[in-house]
Amino acid sequence: MPWDRNQMAARAAEELEDGMYVNLGIGIPTLVANYVGDKDITLQSENGMLGMGPFPVEGEEDPDLINAGKQTITELARTSYFDSATSFGMIRGGKIAAAILGAMEVAENGDLANWMIPGKLVKGMGGAMDLVAGVKKVVVVMDHTNKHGDSKLLKACTLPLTGKNVVNRIITNLGVLDVVEGGLKIVETADGVTEDELRAATEATIVN
Amino acid sequence: MKKVYGSAAEALDGLLFDGMFISAGGFGLCGIPELLLQAIKEAGTKDLTFASNNAGVDDFGIGILLQTRQVKKMISSYVGENAEFMRQYLSGELELEFNPQGTLAERMRAGGSGIPGFYTKTGVGTQIAEGKEHKDFDGETYILERGIFADLSIVKAWKADDTGNLVFRKTARNFNPPAAMSGKVCVAEVEEIVPRGSLDPDHIHLPGIYVHRLVQGEHEKRIEQRTTRKREDA
Repeated sequence: MPWDRNQMAARAAEELEDGMYVNLGIGIPTLVANYVGDKDITLQSENGMLGMGPFPVEGEEDPDLINAGKQTITELARTSYFDSATSFGMIRGGKIAAAILGAMEVAENGDLANWMIPGKLVKGMGGAMDLVAGVKKVVVVMDHTNKHGDSKLLKACTLPLTGKNVVNRIITNLGVLDVVEGGLKIVETADGVTEDELRAATEATIVN
Repeated sequence: MKKVYGSAAEALDGLLFDGMFISAGGFGLCGIPELLLQAIKEAGTKDLTFASNNAGVDDFGIGILLQTRQVKKMISSYVGENAEFMRQYLSGELELEFNPQGTLAERMRAGGSGIPGFYTKTGVGTQIAEGKEHKDFDGETYILERGIFADLSIVKAWKADDTGNLVFRKTARNFNPPAAMSGKVCVAEVEEIVPRGSLDPDHIHLPGIYVHRLVQGEHEKRIEQRTTRKREDA
């Protein structure tokens, strides 16, 4: 059985180590926070916060306290606030250990496309280009194929790029792959998914 | 040194002109200079260029200036929440320059710090890099981005003293300090102006040298995405 959203998030949480400062994107990456367990992880929100807490209980929403998805959140005992230039200074400066992001396409050389589809309404890249350029380890979490059944792991991206040679690891519903010299390397497959099934669903070159 | 004005309109008096470039603080609807935006709407100033991370929603934030067609161009990183924005953009009435969020913040900080350009890895190999100078440092490629020098900065803070020292609250700080730095003149709206000496000098987020005019007012502080958990989970 391929992994569901929560299983993908749980697998992505295994990428995180004690003491890491981490930025989580919108969608499945947000769910990763539910699976960090006892690990001492500090979540960054790029609108200017380290130590992001859970959603507030009803009645305690604060308009001055939101995450990068503009959702109301809470602070923790460890929280610090700072301005956007400082926030992206720590991102660009390589201080954030890992970013876990969604994607539309990933290429075998680590190119990432996740911000626009030509001809469709373009909302903007937000902080995604800064994150993938600056963060030490970029982990993509996404479905292996799109809704037409086509591979999202490609030889070359067809959509406009968010970053070039930036992705380190890809976690999909079928398994985990690393970007290595010459293509993608299978790290593991989801329970009950065979390597052959994963290869068949992948357009990108898979190296041994 | 008199920085405190009685209303947003008075605080902007003499500063507005058609075709001007305004740098605005805020992220989404959080920490936006809502009173000053309303006053600019009432002043009717036209052909404005805004450097602002977002463009508000249809009836709040910069969105209110889109309704009245006062905006010519937006320099932003994300504009998804505004139907009128999209309509004007798709019909060619509104120019849009997408900047990566960190590049936009640094352009403001740099401009305000007397730095006309800086090199960044952000956007290398993407559409953003097209037409920009590329330069290698220590084996990595960077692109040149320009500092922002705006005619006017409009920002929102939590507290100020009458000398313009500002304190922000939680994530409402966001783009406000770099936006404040990037203008020739900065007008700040605050929730409370406190007596000189009552802010701890070690806890000032933005020194008053960056703030030329101040106005205190009531803020709506609208929430864009109200997300909660159930109390029993707490």
